[in-house]
Formats: sequence, C-alpha cells, structure tokens
Amino acid sequence: MLDILKTYGTLLLVGSYPNGPIGGLVLTLVLAVLGVSLAFPLSVGLALCRISPYTALRVPSTVIVYCVRGVPLIMLVFWSYFMVPVLIGRPVSAFTTLLVTLVIYQAAYMSEIVRAGIEALPLGQVEAARSLGLSYSQTMRDVVLPQSLFNMLPSLLSQFVSTIKETSIGYVISVQELTFSASQVNASLLVRPFEVYLILSLTYFIVCLSLTQAAHFLERRLVARRSTSHHTVPHESYDPV
Amino acid sequence: MNPMIRFNKIDKWYGNYHALVGVTAQIAAGEVVVVCGPSGSGKSTLIRTVNRLEEIQGGTISVDGKDVHRAGIDLNRFRSGIGFVFQNFNLFPHLSALDNIMLAPMKVSGKSATDAHKLAMALLDRVGLAGKANAYPQQLSGGQQQRVAIARALAMEPPVMLFDEPTSALDPEMIGEVLQVMKTLARDGMTMMCVTHEMGFAREVAHRVWFMDRGKIIEEAHPETFFASPQHPRAKAFLSDLRTH
Repeated sequence: MLDILKTYGTLLLVGSYPNGPIGGLVLTLVLAVLGVSLAFPLSVGLALCRISPYTALRVPSTVIVYCVRGVPLIMLVFWSYFMVPVLIGRPVSAFTTLLVTLVIYQAAYMSEIVRAGIEALPLGQVEAARSLGLSYSQTMRDVVLPQSLFNMLPSLLSQFVSTIKETSIGYVISVQELTFSASQVNASLLVRPFEVYLILSLTYFIVCLSLTQAAHFLERRLVARRSTSHHTVPHESYDPV
Repeated sequence: MNPMIRFNKIDKWYGNYHALVGVTAQIAAGEVVVVCGPSGSGKSTLIRTVNRLEEIQGGTISVDGKDVHRAGIDLNRFRSGIGFVFQNFNLFPHLSALDNIMLAPMKVSGKSATDAHKLAMALLDRVGLAGKANAYPQQLSGGQQQRVAIARALAMEPPVMLFDEPTSALDPEMIGEVLQVMKTLARDGMTMMCVTHEMGFAREVAHRVWFMDRGKIIEEAHPETFFASPQHPRAKAFLSDLRTH
C-alpha cells in the first residue's frame, strides 16, 4: 500500500497538477469549500422565504426545498449536466456542472438548518426587537440571524463534511476529484483494487472524522455558552408578532 | 385629564377561549397603574395588546390619541414610542449591555453612534449600571439584566412604559433593585402600566390598582383601599392567597 502512495500520492493529492489541471484531494476540498460558501447565502435567503409571512415567497421556496431534497444527488447532477448548457447557451465544464449541483443541493439542505436555527430562538427575542420599533428585516438582520447563525455553526460544519463526501459524485461526469484520481490509479495498476480503494476510503475517513470532531468540539463549547445565558420561562401565549 | 392609554370594549379570543371580555379602562398621562390578578386572568394579554404584541378581535385601544390596532398604522414608529419590559428581560445575548441599549436609537431613530453611546451611558448610569456597559447579558445577574432592559426600553424616550411582570423571574434578593428603578421612574412622572404582584410597590407609587379575573377588570381602586378592603370576593381570595405565600 505504501508503494502505491509513494508512486501515486501526488496524483491522489493534486491530480495531474502542475502539468495539467488541479485535481485529487485538493480539488475535492476546493469543490466542498466553494459549494458550501456559495450555498450558504442562498440557504439563508431560502430560509427567510420559507418563514416569510408572504405566500408569494413562502410557497415557491418551499417547493424548491422539497423538490431538491426529494431527488437523489445524481439526478441533480444529470439535470445540471444537460440543462445548464441549454439554459446559458454554451457548454460548461464538468467542474462548473458539479459546483452548480452542489450549491443547489446544499442550499436546500442548509436552508432547513438555518430555518430550524431561526425557529429555535426564543420568541421573546423577536418581541423585544419589535417592541423597540425595529422593523421585521432589521429584527432579522440585527437580532435573529447573528444569534441563530452562530448557534448553527456546528451543523453547518457537519454539512461541510457531507459536502466533501458528495463531491465524489463528480466521478460520473469526469470531474478529476479524489475518487476520479483513485480510479485512475486503479486503472493503471489493474490488479490491486482493494488497496487503492482502501486508501481512498481512509483519505475521506480521516478528513471527515477530523472535521466531525471539530464540529463536536464546537458544539460542546456552544452548549456550555448557552447554558450560562438566560433561562426561558414559558409565556401565556406563543402568538407570533 | 387626557388619557394616555384608553381601552374601549376590548375583546380578545384564543380560538374558543375568550381571553379579554369587553375591557374598558383608561390611564391618564403621568399615572401609574398596577394590574394584578390570578394567572390566566388576562393581565399579560391586556398589556401586550397595547403595543400590539397581541392582536384584538373587538374594540379599540388608543395610546396618546392614536388608534393602535388601526390597519395601516406605522407600527414600528408607534412601538418605538412605548417602552416594554418583559418578564424574561429578553436582552439580546449577542450584544453587550451598551449595545443592547444603543441598537434602537441607532436603527430606529437614526442617531449617530456617538449620540447613541452618550445616551446609553446616561441611561446605564440612571439604572445604576454604568460599570457594566461592556458586560454581556449572561455575565449579569437577573436583577442587573432587568435594569439594562429597562434602560433599553427608555432609550427611545417613550412617554409610556409597560411592565409585564418585571420581577416574576427574579430571585427575591434582586427584586428590590428593579423596583427601585421603577419607583424612580414613577416619581419622575412616567406614565406606567405594570402587571405585578408586588404589593409594596403598588402601595408606594401606584395611583390605581386594577384587579383582573377571567378577562375582565372586576375591581378598580386606590391601592390603599384595594389592599385594605377589597370589595370583590375573588379579589379577597386572591389577596389572602398572596399574603400566605
């Protein structure tokens, strides 16, 4: 196994770079980082639409979230693979296709995290802000979102971990990420698939495990922080403002 | 006298439950009214209708002559003119005491950071917490949090302050410091509506006590009269319960 790493380590790490485009683990991480960071603002927007008092915002956003969450990721890959070029009128790279897919997919999932985070905040926070005369959007921007986004950092980090794993779907449209590189290695060695795919699995496992641990650590820190803050006493009514 | 708050035949329903039953009453400018009554009697609901945290199904409420529940009222502007203090303080935990107070003056009245800072410091000083300007809510005791919350409500310089059980969530030794701030406000001539069971406070500063039961104000009296000789049997029962606890 070590000899495979010695010979093909660079390929698994950076693909054919610097002689060709960047690939391997680095591309996997680039895709995950870009995917999550582009999906995040979209997910906040979707979440705000989902809890909006306006039907015109609530219904379409709910439909989008349910549709995206209701189909396998690979369906979305196919759709963007064939739809995006038609929509924008020119061919796009496999990388762009995969990125677009990941962004749409993650935006839908993360919007549910954001929505839950907003709804988990005590109603008193909104009532206090509105009582001071802050508008709905000021309340969201200055009171609700800063708190709920902070509280949901651990969930967002675990979403990043699943995105890392999801980038492997890029293999089917020949994005040269980690899984694609491993299969290239396998194709050139031919007779040692178990070792190659063990290396592949271990790489994902180590990266994801360390990030999951980081998320757990963050979560413990936040729970400790929250338990020192004010306690909530149930109020007579829970009517929204 | 000019009524600052006027309730006119207020009806409020939660589904089939008639929470407020034709409440009619008024509070004059500069008057301090204490609202008490058993839990579920509608006192919190009533105070929350004043700045429209609760909608009503019948009647009208006017504050300083403005119909609160009229459609199309500039609700944010209207609310900024009413200070509201909650049972659970509801300070913003991600902001320091100072920032909690500065938020509304900056966002709602468009004050500059310098002016808002000056105002917030003066208010913190007024509630005796000038030294805690940079503390976060979770670093403050309950009594201190509630005093910051009062300062925050005062930051919009409202002519009316509403207090919804401001001391109910506090440990006994912290109640005094909050009441002290409220007494000072009352003596300074603030119009106040307070849902509270603090009889000492009512005796000392309230002009009138309203006793509520089952969604109605069933007794309205001067505090001395009310506590010494309540008229209604339910008010008697309530007061004797309060004393034995």
